[in-house]
Amino acid sequence: MNLIFGHRRIAGLLAVVPANERSFVDEMANFNFPPARSLKLKQVMGYDKHRIVDGPVCASDLVCFGMEHLFASGMLGRDDFDALIVVTQSPDYLMPPTSSVIQGRLGLKQDMFCLDINQGCAGFLIGLYQAFSLLEQPAVRQVVLINVDVLSRKTSSRDRNSYPLIGDAASIAIVERSEDGTPIHANLKMDGTRREVLMIPAGGLRLPSSPETAVLGDDGENNFRAKDNLRMDGTAVFNFVQVEVPPMIRDLLHTAQADMKDVDYFLFHQPNRFMLQKLADQMKVPYEKMPSNIVEHYGNSSGVTIPMAIVHNLRERLLAGSIHACLAGFGVGLTWSSMLMRLGPLDFCEMVNYK
Amino acid sequence: MPTIAEILKEIRPEFDFTASQDFVGEGMLDSYDIVTLVSDLDRAYGISISGLDIVPENFQNIASIQTLLQKYGKA
Repeated sequence: MNLIFGHRRIAGLLAVVPANERSFVDEMANFNFPPARSLKLKQVMGYDKHRIVDGPVCASDLVCFGMEHLFASGMLGRDDFDALIVVTQSPDYLMPPTSSVIQGRLGLKQDMFCLDINQGCAGFLIGLYQAFSLLEQPAVRQVVLINVDVLSRKTSSRDRNSYPLIGDAASIAIVERSEDGTPIHANLKMDGTRREVLMIPAGGLRLPSSPETAVLGDDGENNFRAKDNLRMDGTAVFNFVQVEVPPMIRDLLHTAQADMKDVDYFLFHQPNRFMLQKLADQMKVPYEKMPSNIVEHYGNSSGVTIPMAIVHNLRERLLAGSIHACLAGFGVGLTWSSMLMRLGPLDFCEMVNYK
Repeated sequence: MPTIAEILKEIRPEFDFTASQDFVGEGMLDSYDIVTLVSDLDRAYGISISGLDIVPENFQNIASIQTLLQKYGKA
């Protein structure tokens, strides 16, 4: 599905990461693998440090911390926005929506559109599409788009497939109308037949959590996880990304009548360094135009990784000017989506530590 | 240049890779070992194995890895 928008911009970006930093080397003893084998994987995948919440910290805790920071620093007024979109796979509750939790905790006005979206690694783009659409309404002046996940709490620390790469984080993007009418081209595909490639099997109504679903079991590859934990079929995910993403980007550029060399940066979701470098090789994109350094510094925080890649790598450049950016997200659902847009100049572009 | 068998031995020294025809099926290589193997082959042979070729069928045994390398003008 091709999408097109105009007169929209991202005005500011804030990333929130837990101050608690853990290292792969320190956690290796949890995994049922010889250290030499784990160290080799560290080198290839880019595992080093990741930020994970310390204790029972929830999605709304990270977000409220970030929003209060924006209010206190004058980067956002408490009444400046009329819609609050929260994209998460790790909500505070099954009900009510986490957006309502955040609205209530922050004491925001009632004249507000609050919306939760259950999405993951493509969630920044999915959220932007919703934000762009909400701005069709004259009553909506600005949209606060939040991506947040605390999936370390749903991941087994004895699962080397998933735990080393997981990161917790939130991002807050301010989305508003723009004078610039340059078309924003996007495309989107979803395939629910592959929904079990990335899933948490228990905890919903299909399989409620119970003492049985909390029991750790060997997956046959020496990874121990329970049905309450995140399960990722690494081979299927890798294959999905390598097969679907390059043609998606080619289609996007074709639709936009743009060329690969016209793009300043390919700001993609950050699953791990190996997967991104293989994508870059396949697409013949220089590594410096496709950052792949978020997992090694913070971990993979699902829908937050694109904002993280922007804030970590391009802060100064985007405060001063703009770039022609190709964004792409791909993951749970399965869902894959890409967007070509002018990004910047931003009113703010910052990262803060949640303590 | 190390041989395929030597590269495999470095990743999983406990196995005799010359004696198996099904590395994945016999549990000698898991999905992350394949990632490590690809990285080592890329470096040893000066190539970049396409992500599209990183599927278990191409890493079943030494012969299938040789066939893969031939595609890149190696082995």
